[in-house]
Amino acid sequence: MASEIKEGTLDLINHLPILQVITPMLIAPILVVLNNKTLSWLLSFLGALACLFISVLLIQTVSDGSTLTYSLGGWAPPIGIEYRIDAANSILLFLISIISVIVLIFSYSSLHVEIPEEKHTLFYACFLLCLTGLLGVVATADIFNVFVFLEISSLSTYVLVAQGSYLDRRALSASFNYLIMGTIGATFFVIGIGYIYMATGSLNMMDIAERVSELGDSRTVQAGFAFIVVGMGLKLAMVPLHVWLPNAYTFAPTVVTCFLAATATKVALYVLIRFVFSVFNYEDSFVNELFFFLIMPLAIIAMIAASVIAIFKQNLKKMFAYSSLAQIGYMLLGLSLVSEKGLASSLVHMVNHGFTKAALFMSLGAFMLNTKNVYINSLQGLGRSMPFTSAAFVIGGLSLIGVPGTAGFISKWLLLEAALGSGYWLVAVLIIVSSLFAVIYIWKIIEVLYFSESSESYSEVNVLTLTPIWILSFFCIFLGINTSLTVEVANMAAEILFK
Amino acid sequence: MKHHLILKVITKFMVGVIVLFGLYVQFHGDYSPGGGFQAGVIISAAFILYGIVMGLKNVQKVMPVWFAQKAAAVGVLVYALTGVFSLIFGFEFLNYHAISPEHPKHGQHYGIILVELGVGITVSFVMIAIYYSFAGRTPRLDDKEW
Repeated sequence: MASEIKEGTLDLINHLPILQVITPMLIAPILVVLNNKTLSWLLSFLGALACLFISVLLIQTVSDGSTLTYSLGGWAPPIGIEYRIDAANSILLFLISIISVIVLIFSYSSLHVEIPEEKHTLFYACFLLCLTGLLGVVATADIFNVFVFLEISSLSTYVLVAQGSYLDRRALSASFNYLIMGTIGATFFVIGIGYIYMATGSLNMMDIAERVSELGDSRTVQAGFAFIVVGMGLKLAMVPLHVWLPNAYTFAPTVVTCFLAATATKVALYVLIRFVFSVFNYEDSFVNELFFFLIMPLAIIAMIAASVIAIFKQNLKKMFAYSSLAQIGYMLLGLSLVSEKGLASSLVHMVNHGFTKAALFMSLGAFMLNTKNVYINSLQGLGRSMPFTSAAFVIGGLSLIGVPGTAGFISKWLLLEAALGSGYWLVAVLIIVSSLFAVIYIWKIIEVLYFSESSESYSEVNVLTLTPIWILSFFCIFLGINTSLTVEVANMAAEILFK
Repeated sequence: MKHHLILKVITKFMVGVIVLFGLYVQFHGDYSPGGGFQAGVIISAAFILYGIVMGLKNVQKVMPVWFAQKAAAVGVLVYALTGVFSLIFGFEFLNYHAISPEHPKHGQHYGIILVELGVGITVSFVMIAIYYSFAGRTPRLDDKEW
């Protein structure tokens, strides 16, 4: 626990929770005012670096199981807005910050291919606002504040997805679809908040948790919970509510796809986890039964069906968008086991899949710089002409399958362990079946990359583009060997959430 | 709208009154109903009215597109920097006591005015920018087509 804030002295250490959120928020308007293309890249990069630095400091502070609280405007928690950092959200803050840094390095070389120069400043401003929103959702402990930040991130995401329209006009309809679905999700979420506020008269998560347990069996609270689950289900692309995701990921610029695939859906899932464990009581029958009868079957359907669909997709971005749906299935499955191990596996998979999917989408982006599209046929023989990008792609693919030694293996192993530990051996078999489908679609691409003749010869992309791809691939392997960052923090987080 | 003389004269007269009322709502927000958002909308209504009656070209002479865009960002900056100000002086983010530590109540007063000013600036220029982007898309109607 950090020391109390002494009034009148500048002591930034105590302000880390708020600095994490407002750093990108401050830089975004400055970019618009300055309106300088190179400067805006530099400033956003520095801002993202600062976020990463702050998140590392935060993770160090809370890694001993403590909680860091911060009351905005000096108003004490149940009335004022509280920011609350513990093991569960510090790991997500770290994921979001580091992905944003890596993605910004990549954007330096890829953005001018996809978006006209005069839009770059506004693009970076939007990107930073999206970053602010995601960080804010994770950092705050006030449920209405969650909604506000969720909307900040979503609104800027719609704009970012629409930026793909300079390459493919379908980005506009994809973005519009996402706008409609996302807004319905947000509306459901805010109605849910309204019900909870009606029943408890509070917006602070800890305060609500106390009051909800006092209320006992309240229809209002249960209705609120149902609305929140559906709203978040839309945002995190739970299977029957996922229709916006494949097109949004396919037609958005590469930078945006990488960033969203690695962070946005995870943040929505985190909100769901927070509500289930910190606001509601997971032992209540209406929460428990929902997980058993609804979330678990849907997660399994996502795992199997989305993987099968991914096999037949010719557009690789779309293929991996469907694969993302399957991976979200894994995370939901871990959550639906309602056990400490299951929750930990879900949290670990969020981080591991974040790095894996970002690596895959980013190497697809690098192919795209040469081939201009990502249909499977246009990648023929690229394994020889672009050896470094292809190798990074293969590492990401192995991690997606869950080959031992990669990040994906760790989280799938934990998930299997958790499923078997709860006695769902059939579910464990289905997890393996779904992984085998992943082998099929990854192998299809590897075959095209390495075992077919190329019709045209391309040159390897430059070092600046390769660096972020390889950083991500490095993480795919590093997190598979050294699990102290992910597994230990996730176990601690699961322990805190289950208290 | 060359022949709509009455509309034009009334508009020229009304624009000033609307802006004045907007400013009243802005700075009286802490005593009476109102505040930054409402004031921003009222002030932008003056510009939008001018644009509808005098034409997009004329209103953009008064309020260029680039200015609307940048000013909207400046409003956010005013808000955020008010928060950072208290942060620098060792208070929590947006703790208005920092503005006048000896008289915390005055601090609250000044703080809310500053923050509402930021809101007002952003809202009014964003409204104008939205109007511009909608109005700029459609081909302008000729007087004969009315």
